[in-house]
Amino acid sequence: MDKTGIHPGGRPAHVDVRGHDEPHHEELGWWRKYVFSTDHKVIGIQYAITGLLFLLFGFTLMMIMRWQLAYPGRPIPLIGQWLGQDRAPMGIMLPEFYNQLGAMHGTIMVFMGVVPLAVGGFGNFVMPLQIGAPDMAFPKINRASSWAYVLGGVTMITSFFLRGGAAQSGWTSYPPLATLPIANGQTMWLLGMIFLITSSLLGSINFIVTIVQLRAKGLSYMRLPFFVWAQFVTSFLLLLAFPPLEAAGVLQLMDRLAGTSFFMPSGLVLSGRPIPVSGNGNPLLWQHLFWFLAHPEVYVLILPAMGIVAEIIANNTRKPLWGYKAMVYSVTTLGFLSFIVWAHHMFMTGMGTTMSAFFQTTTMIISIPSVVILTSLLLSLWGASIRFTTPMLFALAFLPMFGIGGLTGLPLGLAPSDIHLHDTYYVIGHFHYVVAPGTIFALFAGIYHWFPKATGKKMNEVLGAIHFWGSFICINIVFMPMFIQGLAGMNRRMYDGGALYTHNAGLPIKLNLVIGIAAWSLGLFQIPFIVNFFGSLKWGKAVDRNPWEATTLEWSAPSPPGHGNFLTEPIVYRGPYEYSVPGAAKDFSAQFEPEKAQA
Amino acid sequence: MNIPYTVDERPDTGLTNGKLGIWLFLASEVMLFGALFSTYIILRVGAPEWPHGELNIWLGAINTIILISSSVTMVMAWASLKMNDWGKHRLFLISTFLLAALFLVNKYFEYSAHFATGELPSHSTFLAIYYTLTGLHGLHILGGMIVMAYLLGPGAKMWKENSDQFANRIEATGLYWHFVDLVWIFLFPVLYLL
Repeated sequence: MDKTGIHPGGRPAHVDVRGHDEPHHEELGWWRKYVFSTDHKVIGIQYAITGLLFLLFGFTLMMIMRWQLAYPGRPIPLIGQWLGQDRAPMGIMLPEFYNQLGAMHGTIMVFMGVVPLAVGGFGNFVMPLQIGAPDMAFPKINRASSWAYVLGGVTMITSFFLRGGAAQSGWTSYPPLATLPIANGQTMWLLGMIFLITSSLLGSINFIVTIVQLRAKGLSYMRLPFFVWAQFVTSFLLLLAFPPLEAAGVLQLMDRLAGTSFFMPSGLVLSGRPIPVSGNGNPLLWQHLFWFLAHPEVYVLILPAMGIVAEIIANNTRKPLWGYKAMVYSVTTLGFLSFIVWAHHMFMTGMGTTMSAFFQTTTMIISIPSVVILTSLLLSLWGASIRFTTPMLFALAFLPMFGIGGLTGLPLGLAPSDIHLHDTYYVIGHFHYVVAPGTIFALFAGIYHWFPKATGKKMNEVLGAIHFWGSFICINIVFMPMFIQGLAGMNRRMYDGGALYTHNAGLPIKLNLVIGIAAWSLGLFQIPFIVNFFGSLKWGKAVDRNPWEATTLEWSAPSPPGHGNFLTEPIVYRGPYEYSVPGAAKDFSAQFEPEKAQA
Repeated sequence: MNIPYTVDERPDTGLTNGKLGIWLFLASEVMLFGALFSTYIILRVGAPEWPHGELNIWLGAINTIILISSSVTMVMAWASLKMNDWGKHRLFLISTFLLAALFLVNKYFEYSAHFATGELPSHSTFLAIYYTLTGLHGLHILGGMIVMAYLLGPGAKMWKENSDQFANRIEATGLYWHFVDLVWIFLFPVLYLL
C-alpha cells in the first residue's frame, strides 16, 4: 500500500491491503486485548455493555422517583435506608434528591445510555462490518473516544457522592437556576459533558471517514445498508451540533467558576439578597445553544434505531425494503432539517411570534421525512411471510410506538397548543414514546439480531418473547396515562406529583400509582433479558456465519469475526436487500455472492 | 492488519483518511468558535454599553503579525519536505514553534497587565467574552505546539521509515495551524478594533 513497502509502525506490510491477513494473527496480552484494544468490535461491545449498564442505572433512578410519586412522603422500601441523611432521611426522599434523580435520569439515559449503545455500540461493531472494512479508519482515536466516554461517565456518577449531590437543574441545565451556587453537582455535570462531547466528536469523525474511505469494492453509496446511512447522518449531527453545546458548557463553567455572567441577567435576587454578578447576561442564549445541540440529538437517538429496524424488517420479511432510495433521501433531509427546528422547545420563553412562526413551520416540515421513513418500513411488511423472531417482534413494536411518539409531537410543535401542554406530563409521554418503546426497543431488537454475530451463539427465543411481551405491555401502561395527566395540566417536575393542585385531583393523580406499578413491573421484565444475555453466552445454540440468512456484508465474516474481520477481501455485487429475487436459487441474494454462485 | 488509504489516496474520493479526518475536525471547530462568536454578537447587541479601547491594540497587532508569519513558515516546512530538503524543513518547523511560543508570551504579558489592574473575567461581560475567546484560542495554540513538538522530536523518525506519511502529518498539522491563525484574524478586529 505505501510506496516504501513498510508498515507505518515499522513492521513489514502485508502484501494484501485488507481482509487477506489472518484473523488471529497475534496473541495479545489482557491489557492490549481489552483495555487498550483498538479492534472496533471489542470497543463496540464495551460501549454496548457500558451503555446497557447505564440504561439500567438510569432506569433505577426513575424507579426510585416513581416510588415518591406513587406514595409521596413514604419511606422508600429496600434501598431507602442506604441512601443517607442528606438524600433520604429515614428513607423519605428529600426534594433536592428528587431533583438530582430527575436531572441525572435524563442525562444518563441520553448521553451515557442510548447514544453510546446506539452509536458507540452498534455503530462501532456493525458499521465497519457492513461496509467490508478491516477496522475503523482511526483505531487509536476510536479507543481514545471510548475512554473519554468512560471518564465522562465516572465524572457524572462521582457527582452523586460529593457534598450537595449531583446536578439538580434538569438535564437541560437552564440558567440562572443551574448557575446558582446551591447546585454544586452542576460543575461536575459540565465537566462530565465536556468528556462525553469529546468522545462523540472523535467518534463521529472516525465514523464519517470510515464510511467514505473504507467501503469495500463495489459498495457504492446507494448499495449501503440503511443502517450505515443512518449512522452516516447521525455522525454529521454529532460532529456539527455538539460543539455549540461544548461552547455553552465552557461559558456556563466560566459563569460558575470565574464569576462571569454570560447567562446571568442583571438584578437577580436569591432568598431576598441580590446576587453579586456583573450582569448583562442572557439566559435565553443558553437555551438556544443547548437546543441547537439537543434537537439534533433527538435524531441522534432515533436515526440509528430506524437503521436497526430497517435491517431487521428487510431480513425477517424476506423482501427488499419498500422505497430504499426514498428512505435514504429522507434520512439526509432529516439531518439537514434537524438543525433548524431547535427553538420549538422555546415557545414559552417569549422569544416572539415571528420566531415561533418560523420554527413551527420548520417543525411541521421535518415531520414529512420522518413519516416517509416510517411509512416505507410499514409498507415493507405488505404481503410478506414474516418470520416472527424476537428481533422482529421488537422491530415491529417500534413502528406503532414511534408512530405514537411522533404524532403526539405535532401539538407540541405548534405554538398555540404547546402553550397548554408545555412542561406537563404530556411532553414526557411524547418523547418517551419516541425514545423508550421506540429507540430502546429498536436497540433490544439489534442486540437479539447481532448477538449471534458478536458471540457465535443465538439468544433464546422463549425468554426473548417473555422479555418482549412483558416490556411491551408494561411500557405502554407507563407512558400512555401520562398523556391524560398532561392534558389535565399536571406539571412534569413536581416532587409530590402535584397533589396540592386541584386540576390534578381525581384521575390524574391516581394514575401515578398505576404508572409506578407498571414501571416496577417493567424493571422485573428485564430480568429474562439479563438471564438470556449471559445464559446464551454459555448455553446458546452455536451458529455459523449467517444464521438469519441475511444479505449484508457482516454476515460473510466468521461469527465472531477475528481481528481484521474478513477472511477474504469482500467484494459487493448488488444492493443491500435483494431478498426473494425471482429466479434465484435461494430467497436471499447476498451482497457478497457473485452472480455465478446465484445461478 | 493494515488500514487502507492511510498514506495513499483512495482513487474515487481523492483523499487520504487523515486529510478527510482533519477537515471534519476543522468543521466541528468552526461550529465551536461559531457558537462563541454568536454569543459575542448576542451579548454585544443586548448590552446597554460596550467598552472601547480596553485592550492594547499594539500587542494585538504584533501577535497578528506573529501568527501570520507562523502560517507562512508552516507552509514552507511542508513545501521543503515535498522538495526533500530535510534541513530546511527542520528550520521552518522550529521557527513555527518559536513564533507560536512568542505569541503565547505576548498573550501572557497582556493577561497579566489586565490582572494587575483587577480586570478579571467577572469584571464585565466584555472581559468575560474576551478571556473566554482568547483563552480557548490560546489552548488551541498550545495544542498545536504539542503536536509540533512531537513532530520535531519522537515523531520525526517517521521521515526515514515512511516519508509520505510524515509529509501528510505535516500537512494535516498545517491545516490545523492555518485554522488557528484564521480564528485569530477574526478575533483581533472583533475584540481589539471594533
